[in-house]
Amino acid sequence: MVKAIKRVYMGLVFLFLYAPIIVLIVFSFNKSKSRGQWGGFTFDWYIDLFKDRQIREALYFTILIAVISTVISTIVGTIAALGINNMSRLGRTIVLNINNLPVLNPDIVTGVALMTLFISLRIELGFITMLISHIVFSIPYVILAVLPKIRQMNKHTAEAALDLGATPAYAMRKVIIPEIMPGIISGALIAFTLSIDDFVISFFTAGTSVTNLSILIYSMAKRGVKPTINALSTLMFVVVLVLMLIINKKNDKGEDIII
Amino acid sequence: MSKPLIELRNLTKRYNNTTAVDGINLTIKENEFVTLLGPSGCGKTTTLRMIGGFEDPDEGEILFEGKLLNNVPAYKRNVNTVFQRYALFTHMNVYENVAFGLRVKKIPNSEIDRRVKKMLKMVDLEGFENRNVDSLSGGQQQRVAIARALVNEPKVLLLDEPLGALDLKLRKEMQIELLDMQRSLGITFIYVTHDQEEALTMSDTVVVMNKGVIQQVGTPEDIYNEPINRFVAGFIGESNIIEGVMLEDYKVSFDGMVFDCVDKGFAPNEPVDIVIRPEDIRIVVNPEEGMIKGRVTSVVFKGVHYEMIIESDTREYLVQRTKMFPEGSIVGMNVQPADIQVMKRGSTPCNEEEG
Amino acid sequence: MQRRGRIAYPYTVWMVIFIVVPLFLILFYSFTEGDIHNIKDLRFSLNGYKKVLEPIYLKVIGDSFLLAGISTLICLIIGYPVAMIIANTDAKYRNLLLTLFIVPIWMNFLLRTYAWMSLLSPNGFLNRVLMWLGLPKLEIMPGKGAVLLGMVYNFLPFMILPIYTVLSKIDKSVIEAAHDLGGNNVVTFMRIILPLSVPGIVSGITMVFLPAVSTFVISGLLGGGKAPLIGDLIEQQFLSSRNWHFGSALSIILMIMILISMAIMSRIDKSEPEEERRKI
Repeated sequence: MVKAIKRVYMGLVFLFLYAPIIVLIVFSFNKSKSRGQWGGFTFDWYIDLFKDRQIREALYFTILIAVISTVISTIVGTIAALGINNMSRLGRTIVLNINNLPVLNPDIVTGVALMTLFISLRIELGFITMLISHIVFSIPYVILAVLPKIRQMNKHTAEAALDLGATPAYAMRKVIIPEIMPGIISGALIAFTLSIDDFVISFFTAGTSVTNLSILIYSMAKRGVKPTINALSTLMFVVVLVLMLIINKKNDKGEDIII
Repeated sequence: MSKPLIELRNLTKRYNNTTAVDGINLTIKENEFVTLLGPSGCGKTTTLRMIGGFEDPDEGEILFEGKLLNNVPAYKRNVNTVFQRYALFTHMNVYENVAFGLRVKKIPNSEIDRRVKKMLKMVDLEGFENRNVDSLSGGQQQRVAIARALVNEPKVLLLDEPLGALDLKLRKEMQIELLDMQRSLGITFIYVTHDQEEALTMSDTVVVMNKGVIQQVGTPEDIYNEPINRFVAGFIGESNIIEGVMLEDYKVSFDGMVFDCVDKGFAPNEPVDIVIRPEDIRIVVNPEEGMIKGRVTSVVFKGVHYEMIIESDTREYLVQRTKMFPEGSIVGMNVQPADIQVMKRGSTPCNEEEG
Repeated sequence: MQRRGRIAYPYTVWMVIFIVVPLFLILFYSFTEGDIHNIKDLRFSLNGYKKVLEPIYLKVIGDSFLLAGISTLICLIIGYPVAMIIANTDAKYRNLLLTLFIVPIWMNFLLRTYAWMSLLSPNGFLNRVLMWLGLPKLEIMPGKGAVLLGMVYNFLPFMILPIYTVLSKIDKSVIEAAHDLGGNNVVTFMRIILPLSVPGIVSGITMVFLPAVSTFVISGLLGGGKAPLIGDLIEQQFLSSRNWHFGSALSIILMIMILISMAIMSRIDKSEPEEERRKI
């Protein structure tokens, strides 16, 4: 009896979570432009999607910025985390508290603050400002992911490598970096997904010359529902699903990375 | 055991305001098993880390085979360290951990393989090559750490409280194994511990340190039987430490009585500290036959012996005997002149004292 | 070793330029008025803050906190049982269940909101179904109801996951001990499980409330301007009205109110378990 109630309850919650997505997917194959009416099966919206220059461009910028900002913020964040770990107590507390600001502050405040900075410095909003902003909000997460791994590492591990004849550079490459690699990887994954998904901060710092997918979807959705967005959603959902399945298969600890 | 291998000269290390190591002098010979012994914060680990190259001395010199070692970075020193809690590389398996130092030196793979296998055999870890170090027990991790250091065939092995994380039984076993390895490989061991029993069991030479200063250097027997001052006497084993006055050569007075002793060379009527080991006090049933009279106030069975507290008019004595005297009984106590160790009061610790 | 701290200096400089300075700029603009492009024209003024106190804007701020608060509460009520059920599921299926909750968050936030647009709009799928069933039309979009729904939908997983994490770490023998000492299921839940899960609840509440109170996407798409939130106001001031002073004042107020709510939450996190421990 209790079991049945639990099942029904979980079923309802899943229905709530997935119904909108499923409807979206179904209607991406709908011939009729109307949202309620089924007008027959079609691939037209997908073809439209691939023909749409705006969408292609937005996709390009989304991925380009995600890749560049992930690479930079992972490298800078890891180096910073190694440094922070060796700072004096006071210095470490100050740096970590400032580092946490973009994590705790609402995105909209981070977004307008960065926009204010760029405009005050007379830097024209565009690709560069958006890229810088993505790096700004990604590095703190990388640091937060890497720092615990550095702390977990035996404090003598680096010394052990030197003791065995490794030069400091060799010890860094062959011992320290590999030891904290899980933290670096999860930091990079967080940075990448945050960048791909970001709307609010990009919205304020991208200006008018570049758009990423989020900004494009927002402006399209503001004008009303469009079947091409349905098609785009479906594709993105499938991509996410496949990625999740691969990650979950590779390591059963997948959840750690996501949260 | 002849040539000096490592010499520390006036070695000093300060952190902010505290002096961790205060101008110590020490000579360590080839093939010697030297233990730095002392309470935590006495400077023993700092001394070891300066020899290893992980701390720069503020003053003084470290000589290795007569050559100055101060400015040689850790990775160029022909010494290896077994770290507290091992510091194994968790992203590598057992084999790669042990092979690390050889790979750094770009030794050919076949040679690496031979030496790693030989070393793993020596520490009893054959067949563990591909195991993840995290999956090993504390004792096994300890063996990997030792193998990882010894495979490089260092002239000196530094061990920083290597057995501190093991349980008592395992610790005893590893003590014996380490001693065997040291003897068979003929390597100088410099061993840091706060466990006086460990130090006495394993060492050729014990260096007792306190507050950054060497208190006494000597063989375990010397240190135990002839502690040079109150600190050493109190730190090594249990003892009765009594304030007294040296009347003249071979005559010391404490608790209102005059005792014969074997010490000389003090000023007449010089105040001194006297140490009497609990097992050196003999008990006689007839109180009148003892030099000191007292009442047994506590008796605890310790396995090998009974530990008793006997209260005289002036103080409590700790006594260890195989024969038990019941609580409340009045007994007499006698001490042989040779068992009364007279020490200079507030004796300035010696530097460069050979045992 | 201390000297290796130096490799963090470049990032420290970066942090000052891109984290500290921008926030000071916002603070600066909130206390000034005049032409933002001409520093000489700027002068001290409290007008930005005075404007916040105008009734229409106070109502917007109140609405933001009210809607965010209600949606957080709904997420907690729906999410807590879900977290408990997952935590008690066989290890075999647990990961699958978790993955099912995580997949939707991985989909773009805007697309998830957009999905509800197409469901809820007056001629949307839901209303077609209702009509087909002969039921009256549901007209919550655009409006506060739709915004609330959008918040719950988007942020529910962020309530479930931290609570689940805490619940799954509770030592089963603690629960057995409670039963052993005569506590029935209700007592065990109220006196043991609930207090132990407070840290999860607190981080769940924070993870839902923070994005909900500062959103302008959900209100923009599902509220259709009928239910503006503080986020919409800030967006307007910076992008269309160009009143940076008012926008900055709003941002500062948003930050302060969030800071206060977080301080309260962290206090609950620390004090509650202690109180409970004393009672037990």
